[in-house]
Amino acid sequence: MNLNENHFQIFGIPASFEVDAVALEKRYRELQREVHPDRFAGASHAEQRVSMQLATRVNEAYQTLRSPLMRAGYLLQLHGVDPEFETNTTMPAEFLAGEMERRERLEEAVAAVDWERLIALSADLRTEQDALLGRIERQLEAQQWGEAAATLRQLKFLEKFGEEIGAAEEKLES
Amino acid sequence: MALLQISEPGQSAAPHEQRLAVGIDLGTTNSLVATVRNGIAVVLNDHEGQGLLPSIVRYLRDGRVVVGREAEREQVRDPKNTIVSVKRFMGRGLKDVTHVENSPYDFVDSPGMVQLRTVAGVKSPVEVSAEILKALRARAEDSLFGNESGELAGAVITVPAYFDDAQRQATKDAGKLAGLNVLRLLNEPTAAAIAYGLDNAAEGIYAVYDLGGGTFDISILKLSKGVFEVLATNGDAALGGDDFDQRLFCWVGERAKLAPLSAEDTRALLVKSRVAKEFLTVHAEARVSGALASGEVVDVTVTQKEFQDMTRPLVAKTLAPTRKALRDAGLDTADVKGVVMVGGATRMPHVQQAVAEHFRQTPLTNLDPDKVVALGAAIQANVLAGNRRAGDDWLLLDVIPLSLGVETMGGLVERVIPRNSTLPVAGAQEFTTFKDGQTAMSIHVVQGERELVADCRSLAKFELRGIPPMAAGAARIRVTFQVDADGLLGVSAREATTGVKAAVAVKPSYGLTDAEITQMLKESFDHARDDVQLRVLKEQQVEGERMLSAVESALREDPDLVSPEEGSALRGELDALKKTLSCNDHRTIRSAIERVNRATEAFAGRRMDRAVKRALAGRKVESL
Repeated sequence: MNLNENHFQIFGIPASFEVDAVALEKRYRELQREVHPDRFAGASHAEQRVSMQLATRVNEAYQTLRSPLMRAGYLLQLHGVDPEFETNTTMPAEFLAGEMERRERLEEAVAAVDWERLIALSADLRTEQDALLGRIERQLEAQQWGEAAATLRQLKFLEKFGEEIGAAEEKLES
Repeated sequence: MALLQISEPGQSAAPHEQRLAVGIDLGTTNSLVATVRNGIAVVLNDHEGQGLLPSIVRYLRDGRVVVGREAEREQVRDPKNTIVSVKRFMGRGLKDVTHVENSPYDFVDSPGMVQLRTVAGVKSPVEVSAEILKALRARAEDSLFGNESGELAGAVITVPAYFDDAQRQATKDAGKLAGLNVLRLLNEPTAAAIAYGLDNAAEGIYAVYDLGGGTFDISILKLSKGVFEVLATNGDAALGGDDFDQRLFCWVGERAKLAPLSAEDTRALLVKSRVAKEFLTVHAEARVSGALASGEVVDVTVTQKEFQDMTRPLVAKTLAPTRKALRDAGLDTADVKGVVMVGGATRMPHVQQAVAEHFRQTPLTNLDPDKVVALGAAIQANVLAGNRRAGDDWLLLDVIPLSLGVETMGGLVERVIPRNSTLPVAGAQEFTTFKDGQTAMSIHVVQGERELVADCRSLAKFELRGIPPMAAGAARIRVTFQVDADGLLGVSAREATTGVKAAVAVKPSYGLTDAEITQMLKESFDHARDDVQLRVLKEQQVEGERMLSAVESALREDPDLVSPEEGSALRGELDALKKTLSCNDHRTIRSAIERVNRATEAFAGRRMDRAVKRALAGRKVESL
């Protein structure tokens, strides 16, 4: 393992969207057992430094690979495609209309302190996310990078909405 | 049948090679030291058989310092010079300190950390904490070495999981000041989980609810096959048993219609409030009574119900962080298999009840909540000191409790490392210049979850110098933030287009500079009539020995990873280092250590590479 390998290489798995989560976690632990700084508390400074760098790298790779969103973004990046999260805000009209409606439902649920509607909203969101993840998997496999990037932007949008639901729940609880 | 033990490379098996290390719980109210003896973690007692050392330090006019029970006895008579709960001030400015009005101290508002004026001079919380650590170190050395001379291999010191970088740095500084080799800062709930998990062979999701004297932590951990993985942590670094005392103290004051009290009376009444609080844990009512210095007599009875009602908001305050931690972990209370209670304040029945209601299960209280943290720290210290035995294959993965960010335009925070990232972790941010030919810029690092810089904790202001002069916006300065396994931040910067490394001048907002530590060390040793030069020399010699044995054992394990030329160069540096060890100039030893370090860098990388390949191939030495 060296610092120039990509995340997939570090974990010794093929660079594809499909990843076995259980195997990934197992491998993560095997890797950390070897490189974690706790294993080098008595070692030379040079070894301690290398250990910290490698353990940091293993953590970064794991965080990226375990999250479908980050994994998709990383695959695009490996193929030289910029998902343009900041600059490209065009979304299909249909998607945007659906999102506007979702936001309104959130505001209403918060105003009415209606937990059941909040929970239903979360479940809806998850269904939508799963559908988009299925789509992006097909697009990535077919190497349709531009289309995959567009799906990823929508997924990012949904992720932010998920955070808003979380923030709303927190507010209602306090 | 006796089995032959074969140790993995890097692990020592021979018992005579056991290096003695300790775990220290540096608590708000009490501190403890523990070690692993014959494979069992034990708390080390003082001469009177007491494990708990009250975290109280008294400074006397003649320069003597008294720590623990002896200081506790004098706290009412001499409140200004007897410092209790100093942990609340670690890494904190005066404006962050709660209950200032009820604190009898003479605070000095200095830049960075608040200081306390005593008869022995102005003391920083780091110095006060170092006195507690010194007392524990002396107790450990006494108990482990007796009259023989010996040196502790190192110590693991615990900190609240929710401590930020400034508070952690202050704790590590205190350890250094006490002459300890700080192997690791360990989060208190994680330490408790180690002690609990290893004892009970626990598997699954566990919550550790840790309400100490001055801090509250909640950690959500996943325990499986010897891996302790912290999924999320949250808390309140200024909420603990002390606040319950304060609440009762105020209530008694109102009941007895007391005028503002003197420092002595304040301390006396606070102590009585604390005793009453503890009494109410098992009794229906308690009496707070006594005569004040003013001649006034206080005699108030408080029932358990009254006490619980007045402190219920404090208990409720622990539940919001608990919910947040679960949400961050992506879990629900139903996923939690067990709730481990830690900290003396969890003895209060209404705390236990609130936790039980929240998690819908009876919390686990079978471990002594006062001792479990020190025991966990001792187990970790033992392993870090190199006493890992076959079967001690567990791994600890902890997280950073609060997000790290940098200040951007308009006083906003740009997040660089999100909270609950597994340690060690790094994050990078690119900056550019806004003026032609600009060669320096300043970067402000903050920690916290709020969007405005003003609402977060200022950790450091960095000056980047030596940026190659270019047109405005052309330079690409990549600043890397590295957080190590202690949760401590380091920063480096590089100009990307030219590769020029920008110099980073660190001006910590709260921590101590190296020069300040050196100065403090010097003063404290002067005072103890110790020779600071001798101490530094000794440290370098120990470090040199450690280095020699680490590199030599690495060479024995992987001789094929060094080319003949590299090997002979390395051996040359090792011999040179060996020769310097008997000299009495610490600088010579230090530079020899540095040369060995440089010579061994590439070798270290290759060794790590081999270890990783072994892990990937799933062929570990023990399974061959």
